[in-house]
Amino acid sequence: MMRMVNGLIDWVDARLPVVNTYKKHMSEYYAPKNFNFWYYFGVLSMVVLINQLLTGIWLTMFYSPSDGFGSVEYIMRDVQWGWLIRYMHAVGASAFFAVVYLHMFRGLLYGSYKPPRELVWIFGMLIYVALMAEGFLGYVLPWGNMSYWGAQVIISLAGAIPFDILPFIDAKDAKEIGEALTTWVRGDYLLSTATVNKFFALHVVAIPLVLVALVFLHILALHEVGSNNPDGVEIKQNKDENGIPRDGIPFHPYYTVKDLPGVIVFLMIFAVVIFFFPTGGGYLIEKPNFVAANPLKTPDHIAPVWYYGPYYAMLRATTIEWFGMSAKSWGLIAMGGGIVVLFLLPWLDRHPVKSIRYKGWLSKTLLLIFALDFLMLGFLGTQPASGLYKTLAQIGTVYYFLFFFLALPLAHRFEKSKAVPERVTGGH
Amino acid sequence: MKKLVVALLFSCLPALAGAAGGHDVELEKAPVNLQDKVSLQNGAKLFVNYCMGCHSLEYLRYGRMAEDLGMSDELTLKYLNFTTDKIGDQMQNGMTAADGKAWFGNPPPDLSLAARHRSSDWIYSYLIGFYEDESRPYGYNNHVFPSVGMPHVMAKMEQDLSEEEFESNMGDITNFLTYAAEPIAPTRERIGVYVLVFLAILLIPAYLLKKEYWKDVH
Repeated sequence: MMRMVNGLIDWVDARLPVVNTYKKHMSEYYAPKNFNFWYYFGVLSMVVLINQLLTGIWLTMFYSPSDGFGSVEYIMRDVQWGWLIRYMHAVGASAFFAVVYLHMFRGLLYGSYKPPRELVWIFGMLIYVALMAEGFLGYVLPWGNMSYWGAQVIISLAGAIPFDILPFIDAKDAKEIGEALTTWVRGDYLLSTATVNKFFALHVVAIPLVLVALVFLHILALHEVGSNNPDGVEIKQNKDENGIPRDGIPFHPYYTVKDLPGVIVFLMIFAVVIFFFPTGGGYLIEKPNFVAANPLKTPDHIAPVWYYGPYYAMLRATTIEWFGMSAKSWGLIAMGGGIVVLFLLPWLDRHPVKSIRYKGWLSKTLLLIFALDFLMLGFLGTQPASGLYKTLAQIGTVYYFLFFFLALPLAHRFEKSKAVPERVTGGH
Repeated sequence: MKKLVVALLFSCLPALAGAAGGHDVELEKAPVNLQDKVSLQNGAKLFVNYCMGCHSLEYLRYGRMAEDLGMSDELTLKYLNFTTDKIGDQMQNGMTAADGKAWFGNPPPDLSLAARHRSSDWIYSYLIGFYEDESRPYGYNNHVFPSVGMPHVMAKMEQDLSEEEFESNMGDITNFLTYAAEPIAPTRERIGVYVLVFLAILLIPAYLLKKEYWKDVH
């Protein structure tokens, strides 16, 4: 029996590099031995991605874009276990952003985007952008009233692109281009079933394909350069006589068995939400989404789901018409810029030290404020923008950009860093 | 670790704010108990008799209601169904949207998801919130829903019963509508306990496995 199995592996391996691939990415991929709590969120993102793909496939078996609202209630009530699959998918979307935000923050903490890992970061950012698109498209599908009005707001942004900054386009043409563009995005003159059909196609086929391809590239690029670690030490610079990093351990079995309890703990938290708080107090599934889309009834307060909060807060923070462009266009630029600036992170950060552990107090403080600022913006994005909240959103937006354009390039000049050790510290 | 705790605390803030905000009117706490079959059955009876002439329960089926509330199909069809609908049918009524609009200003909404859209407390407060107001077409107004188009359908019941009995009845309707908004809810929570126990048990060998392998990492 064993001989037969080995024979089969040899036969395949002569035609496809399975053994080599397994070694390169699992049993002989040497990861630093000092990964800490923050290093669980990569594998957790993978777990949630698989959850979304599988539950998504089952939902498509029962969902119908021509009756989005009704078919979701049909899934919730008449399809066997449909409620569970739907909650796993809806809560999974929030879980995805939660683990991805923590995964990204890990990168900020330990400088994981710095050379030679710029491409790993860029692919990660592309995943994040694809995820935001995927989340938005998916939010429209249940066709509740918040789906409708949220889509209304976001699609109208296509009409706020300031084309008239181009010298050969005047304001009137820019308005017409904007209107044509929004009609094209909707696939109709109004938000309608045509829009839902289109979004359904993008949500279940186009974006998932892109996502999976990007995740593949993200991991491929990571395994080429090797993982960073909480000390920011390059373990490949210290190898033993066999060419194996002295501070590295094989990904499998060490990190597979370490990730397993982490995944189980995550699943427990995930299960608590799914089974006991599936709407998350209105933050995961918003109350207005329990009535069908109604073009004549605007919800009292159109709020995005929490994971778009920070960027929605930036979108609404602008009130001034600078250089002849509307406040809405500036908001769009702030929101887009807030995401674009993340792509530039590897080149904006001029600090000679990677890990926050060995940076000075100034960098530590500024990063802590940035984290709190991001959480604050996230909160403000879900609240009505008026009075104090609006002012806070403006301050938060300014700090957000100052962090990238001043703190990251310059902080190291005003602080004394600690000495970075030769080898990683700790490790268990 | 400290930073983590701070981060977690901060992330709870919006949840707290959301739980409090939303309405201007102070709502009464609804006596919801989805295990109380007597209350649910009374709520179903009152709903079918007083509400369903105008308000449908589009996403609930008679059969599902009968099963969940512990009633037989025969009795359900005999006492809780005033139409020719079959046991597997959705709980619809005969009122058209156009008629509803003509009579009440707005078509009476379907109430399948009312408890999730508004809240159980809102429904309960609304049901006990009618007061006499000659300026309104049907002579009644509502504390929770000012200038509401709906007449006080249960005005006679409110006069005939003691305040306690009436509020208990309104609580039962609220309880029933809470059930109707998510019939799976009690099952969901029951299964959730098993899932968590399973994962907690699975965590033990997974953790021991990790510990065993990592013994030789120094």
